Amino acid sequence: MSASKTARNLDVDRLLGHHRLMWRIRAFEEAALQANTEKLVLGAIHPSIGQEGIAVGVCSNLRRDDILTSTHRGHGHTLAKGADAGAMMRELLGREGGNSHGKGGSMHIADFKVGMLGANGVVAANIHITAGAAHAIKLRGEDRIACSIFGDGAINRGPFLEGLNWAKVFVLPALYVCEDNGYASTTRTAAMTAGPGAAARAEALGIPSVEVDGNDVLAVDEAVADAVSAIRGGGGPRFIVAETYRLTGHTAADPATYRAPDEVEAAWRRDPIAKLAQMLADAGVRGADLAENERAAKQEMDAVYTEAKAAPWPPLSRGYEDVQDAGDPRVEAF
Amino acid sequence: MAVMTYADAAKTTLAEEMRRDPLVWCLGEDLGRGGVFGQYKGLPEEFGPQRISDAPISEAAILGAAVGAAMTGTRPVVEMRFADFALCAVDELVNQAAKARYMFGGQTKVPLVVREPMGMWRSSAAQHSQSLESWYTHIPGLVVVCPATPHDNRGLLKTAIRSDDPVVYMEHKNLWALEGEVPDGDPIPFGVARIARAGTDVTIVSWSATVHAATEAAESLASEGIEAEVIDLRTLWPWDKRAVFASVEKTGRLIVAHESVQVGGFGAEVAATVADALFGKLKAPVKRLGSPRVPIAYAPPLEDMLRVTPAKIAEMARTLVQQ
Ligand SMILES: Cc1ncc(C[n+]2csc(CCOP(=O)(O)OP(=O)(O)O)c2C)c(N)n1
Ligand SMILES: [Mg+2]
Repeated sequence: MSASKTARNLDVDRLLGHHRLMWRIRAFEEAALQANTEKLVLGAIHPSIGQEGIAVGVCSNLRRDDILTSTHRGHGHTLAKGADAGAMMRELLGREGGNSHGKGGSMHIADFKVGMLGANGVVAANIHITAGAAHAIKLRGEDRIACSIFGDGAINRGPFLEGLNWAKVFVLPALYVCEDNGYASTTRTAAMTAGPGAAARAEALGIPSVEVDGNDVLAVDEAVADAVSAIRGGGGPRFIVAETYRLTGHTAADPATYRAPDEVEAAWRRDPIAKLAQMLADAGVRGADLAENERAAKQEMDAVYTEAKAAPWPPLSRGYEDVQDAGDPRVEAF
Repeated sequence: MAVMTYADAAKTTLAEEMRRDPLVWCLGEDLGRGGVFGQYKGLPEEFGPQRISDAPISEAAILGAAVGAAMTGTRPVVEMRFADFALCAVDELVNQAAKARYMFGGQTKVPLVVREPMGMWRSSAAQHSQSLESWYTHIPGLVVVCPATPHDNRGLLKTAIRSDDPVVYMEHKNLWALEGEVPDGDPIPFGVARIARAGTDVTIVSWSATVHAATEAAESLASEGIEAEVIDLRTLWPWDKRAVFASVEKTGRLIVAHESVQVGGFGAEVAATVADALFGKLKAPVKRLGSPRVPIAYAPPLEDMLRVTPAKIAEMARTLVQQ
């Protein structure tokens, strides 16, 4: 079940692209944390700092017309799927020009233009939605795939069994990726999860599964590439468990005192961006090129944040739009 | 007299009941670290992991297991963390807990409490802000409790834990830090409203956080010479018809104000009941004030637009009194 460790023929350009995108995600998250500190984001945000390797390794194997669904921790996935950072930041600040006109915010970040069907405030709800998206793709006879990224905590909700079973019996083009960061909110997931792990559960349904180091973007990239080609070939669903660690608290407001400081320190030594930088440096990439990726990402996201702060609030009329077609939602309406 | 927060008031009661009755226990996600809003802080240390039990993210299993455990002689207190997530366990609550006693001809009761923190909490958006209390009032078998003050959260939780009926216990997230006097820890019976403010000109019936908006409205109306009577229902099933009727008989005017969507809200039940029983005594049409039929938006101005504010309540009261 573990990914084969082949001798690595590095595609340096591809990996430099990964490095750039991972930095863009991190810089976006840092700007979002800043916005939270400045009280410009008032609801909860769930940063994915430390988990960027999974977002990038997965989405770099998806086409723009492939479908992605995500969790509450969805900024990185959404950016990696190709969403516009400016629209996302405006959404986080609840402004006009956000992906959803500021009506959804961080936990419901979505960009349907790039096949990103939404983060989700309900753990594991995206697993079923992905099965349905894959079902529609199959009905329509297309070669797209649908991918769902969810956390290790999600595997204890019913949709993990029901959704994966569905995808398997209908031989659907679905990729399921579990981001195993060891925690579900303040709880160590292992304490509340029976059996040898998520992959074994998927295997029990006959779904081929692999476990990879989620902080090694190359390993994720390779595992996802294999899975995606099998799925596009009509092989039915695949499952990948990517081990990682969230370097921040569960939300921006969570000091995460339930984790020992040395555990967090050790995790920083496995920082996926630093790990990739080391790999690239070993392959002869100049430090200056790596530093430039970091600098450019920070500059971009600084600008994105500054611009979002200047964006107007949505007009109040937005509040009544897009509720549904039938009927008028206003109290005084007929 | 003790001053406590709304959150601590409930915790004090829970601890007391757990000391009194070893068959009371709690289950829910993250309880081992005191719960996501800190409502269980200190309880894991006192009662241990068996009685303050962590749970996997498995709302259906949490609530379903509580039903089985309640039918097997224990008194589970279920934590759903957000009322929105309790929707993942609707079968367990509505088809199982609420109906078991009746279906089985009284062979069993299901003495459980489901805590469902509800309501708007700045920019929590559509899936973490809902007020769904009216849904549960529609289900025979369930008790529905919506405390507005620390004192009520102390006394009503006690009654809920001692109740043999399944109780949907909806605390408002915006009230956790609210401080108030808690004169005693006596159980407060279900179905007994509280007169939050006495008045003679118009009756404002409310519950949960909106009681505070209604009281604020009443204070500002008083400065204009309008005396509003604010009634906090405290429990929606059963609800205190007697108190509401007595007040409306005196004032001849009724507003029912609640945070949840106005269409199909519990305000409709109160309004229809009063209009029916007191038709001849009304000086003005019975009014309701609730949210438009819109999911809760994230952006602060759009979220605020949906709120039932003191200004909206006062405005409605003024109009009624002029009639
Ligand atoms: C059905 C449901 N139950 C509970 C929650 C509250 N909640 C939000 S995130 C979370 C932990 C999720 O853990 P995991 O799936 O591992 O994702 P991670 O946060 O680690 O990325 C919980 C319990 C929720 N959003 N939905
Ligand atoms: Mg996790």
